[in-house]
Amino acid sequence: MNLLTLTINGVSHTKAVAPSMTLLDYLRDEVGLTGTKNGCDSGECGCCSVMVDGKPMLSCIMLAMEAEGREITTIEGIAKGNDLHPVQEAMVEKGAIQCGYCTPAMVINGVHLLDNNPEPSDEQVKECISATVCRCTGYNSIEKAMHSAAEKMRQTRHD
Amino acid sequence: MTEAPDKGYKIIGKPVPLIGSRAKVMGQALYTDDIRLHNPLTIKILRSPHASANILSLDTSDALALNGVKGVLTGADFKNTFGVLTISKDEPAIARDVVRYEGEPVAAVAAETAEIALRALELIKVTYELTEGVFDSKTALKPTDRPLHPELGKGNNLHKNVVQEFGDMDQGFKDADVVVKKRFRFASINHAFTEPHATQVEIDNQGNITVYSATQVPHYLHMAMAEVLEIPEHNIRIVKPHLGGGFGGKSDPFPHEMIAAKFALDLGRNVKVKFSREEVFFSHHGRHQTDLTMKLGFSKDKGITALGLDTLIDGGAYGSFGIVTTYYNGVLLQGPYKVPNFRFHVDRLYTNKPMCGAMRGHGGVNPRFASEVLLDMACAEVGMDPAETRLNMIHKENTLTTNEYRVTSVGLRNGLTEAMKRTKWKEKHGKLPFGKGIGVACGFFISGSALPIHWNKLPASTVRITIDYDGGVTLFSGAADIGQGSDTMLAQMAAEVLGQPMENIKVISADTRTTPVDLGSYSSRVTFMAGNASRNAAIRMRRILVEAACELLEMQPPKYEKPEAPDDFFRQGGRKPDFEKGFLGPNPDYSDGFIIEDGLIRSEKHNASVTYLEAVEKALEFEGILQTSGTYKAPKLGGSFKGAGAGLSPSYSFTAFIVEVTVDPDTGFIKVDKATCAHDCGMPLNPLSVNGQIEGCIHMGLGQALMEEMVYENGATQNPSFLEYKIPSAFEQPEVDIVPCYSDDSEGPFGAKEAGEGILAPIIPAIANAVYDAVGIRLTQLPMRPDRVLSALAKENKKGAKS
Repeated sequence: MNLLTLTINGVSHTKAVAPSMTLLDYLRDEVGLTGTKNGCDSGECGCCSVMVDGKPMLSCIMLAMEAEGREITTIEGIAKGNDLHPVQEAMVEKGAIQCGYCTPAMVINGVHLLDNNPEPSDEQVKECISATVCRCTGYNSIEKAMHSAAEKMRQTRHD
Repeated sequence: MTEAPDKGYKIIGKPVPLIGSRAKVMGQALYTDDIRLHNPLTIKILRSPHASANILSLDTSDALALNGVKGVLTGADFKNTFGVLTISKDEPAIARDVVRYEGEPVAAVAAETAEIALRALELIKVTYELTEGVFDSKTALKPTDRPLHPELGKGNNLHKNVVQEFGDMDQGFKDADVVVKKRFRFASINHAFTEPHATQVEIDNQGNITVYSATQVPHYLHMAMAEVLEIPEHNIRIVKPHLGGGFGGKSDPFPHEMIAAKFALDLGRNVKVKFSREEVFFSHHGRHQTDLTMKLGFSKDKGITALGLDTLIDGGAYGSFGIVTTYYNGVLLQGPYKVPNFRFHVDRLYTNKPMCGAMRGHGGVNPRFASEVLLDMACAEVGMDPAETRLNMIHKENTLTTNEYRVTSVGLRNGLTEAMKRTKWKEKHGKLPFGKGIGVACGFFISGSALPIHWNKLPASTVRITIDYDGGVTLFSGAADIGQGSDTMLAQMAAEVLGQPMENIKVISADTRTTPVDLGSYSSRVTFMAGNASRNAAIRMRRILVEAACELLEMQPPKYEKPEAPDDFFRQGGRKPDFEKGFLGPNPDYSDGFIIEDGLIRSEKHNASVTYLEAVEKALEFEGILQTSGTYKAPKLGGSFKGAGAGLSPSYSFTAFIVEVTVDPDTGFIKVDKATCAHDCGMPLNPLSVNGQIEGCIHMGLGQALMEEMVYENGATQNPSFLEYKIPSAFEQPEVDIVPCYSDDSEGPFGAKEAGEGILAPIIPAIANAVYDAVGIRLTQLPMRPDRVLSALAKENKKGAKS
């Protein structure tokens, strides 16, 4: 067991963990941040995506130790209190959420895309949401939500 | 985009974001594995590496001796087998003496940590004697001394055989202008929901357990668990937390649920178990691998004259929903068109593979592919337009099908007409350049099974509504919201009837201790059945409130009509729907001369009002508690022949797809460019939800059409991961156009019917028919992989012929 300190959503956590522990297990089991999901445990479904230093990473195939000293943002760190991020808001409004199991990862990837690319093409939006398996929606409504969030974020920037 | 007709409703027919979506988008919604019980043990399951073997010995002593291991279970610990169908309880919680599929549980360990549990699994010594397995349906039909289930005394591996015949098949084929016949083959496919199966069990110290489980059927799990554990049902509470997708794959009671509950009771500890993705594929319960030969007779004047099919479905090791699947492979062909002469023969076989069961479109998907492709062939042969032909054959309203299904509402004709117009069907079909094609297909599905699995006289669904002193409405329902939004639908019913905003309706659902029985989320039953129950409970509550308002206003309360089945309501064999006592009648009118809105209850006639809260307070004065229940039970339906109950539903949905594709003749790759859908779900209660269901069905149908297949080698699953089991991504999903399509179902809640399953089936043959239009090949095997396209193209030697 090693003592490992990770900064998650701006808060520092120190836990005694085995070197083999994944970042996903650290988040879910040690810190109790269960918003990040485990759909396959092998980096295939994307449901475990979190932001590490501003970049989406698959936390189920990343060791917790690898995240030491880096900024981790999980789905719990996206909204500001009750104020949803435009991506979250659009997902709710556009009916882009059914079972919701892929939703946190879709949001993480969407926020990353729109923070870095205010005017993504259809292709870029598709690429972004292809990072995560969604079995409910057929992706159409998620695409719509991303475009709508992008639009809203552009307006806010101009205001 | 789905739109609902304007009928003056405030909440029904409006796009309502699903309850819980805000919690989901913030990562706060708790799924089964997210629950944190006090100090739980972790369960791991040892699974058989062999598809067919006898267990000669099983030594768990080393595992038990490992520090941190609290218990080990084997097949000897479970006396009773189980199954979702009462007539097919053949599955043990843990294999006993015999293993019948690769991945079947042979032992389970509960330990202080997952690591210890996994180490303990390695210490369990199992001696297997390999036996000859049976891996395909044809072999399974042959006589054998060693069937998978000798208890059936059949001498072969036939699980279920169904033959039904209606009319005169010979005459039907004689009346045809053209007879087409083909053999079709379908791979087994998996639900591939994103949340793996998970269960947690919490104990108290008085012999009670609370089972949190990712299940579509809390009620059936409740019953099965009591039987397997041999404890009274009242000691068990099943709770379904948020659920990460089901599609039929979580609609059976499962071994791990029994194992978890037994560990909790035996060890006096909270426990948890969660599957790896590999375990999800091993457990499977997906769509049956199918080998089907169908023959269709078609007359230019009369439409379909006869339809016959012989089908083998590969059930895998256990029964699951298989008996129902066997029937559905035939009976669901009784729509959307009249089939006057009809015969089907379906055999479900046991094989040494993971079991198959219910999956979205249950049993109806594969035969629908065959019949819609054959119909397209028949149209091509006689030179008729396949879309127009279908349009003319769709059932009329209030029709009795050949096998005595009562079809009430049908809204598809307008929908298909509009889809033809929007896609410019007439200008495109048969006229596009080589490689581009357009195809059409239609479908038909039940809105809930009219008959319950457990034969009793209880309602199929009951909803309880309470109003607290503060005016807050709480709705209790056993229906399982599996992501499809049933909680939202139930709340919409109550909000509309009670004149409340959605925020004032709190839903508590799928908890067998606090919510009344609902049979579960399967067979597309929840909107129709639980929806009606919710509407009825709300109507009863409305009456209490209006009576209280009348008392306050010193007015006579409204006179309500007594429920009665109208004489002109569709009858058969002298019967008319026999609604039970206390039922409000089909789709009761709740107009009472009052308007409830903006916190007021106002008499329209006297232009006098009281506040909603005053009425609540007055009503509480009478009752102390404000509580009503509403129920749904299907009317008596169906013929009197054997098997007449299969596929009986109080109403049926209808779907049409027009699909446009590009086929690359060099690579064999099929790209679906656009899918135009008309789905008659009666009244679209929540257009946002209906859209989502349509787009989701397109995704899943596309997967089965083009890429999804479970691959087995001597019973061993070859692709138990998302890397190897391919499902469509956002890049494969086509542009979707949803055309307006509705009907007003006389018995559906606010006229609604199902929107979750029936949509899936017809997109697959629509793709195949578009491929024919594009490159002139008839694909008869799913998935329509590029290699199959290429070999079909080579065989037909049609490449370039059309250009």
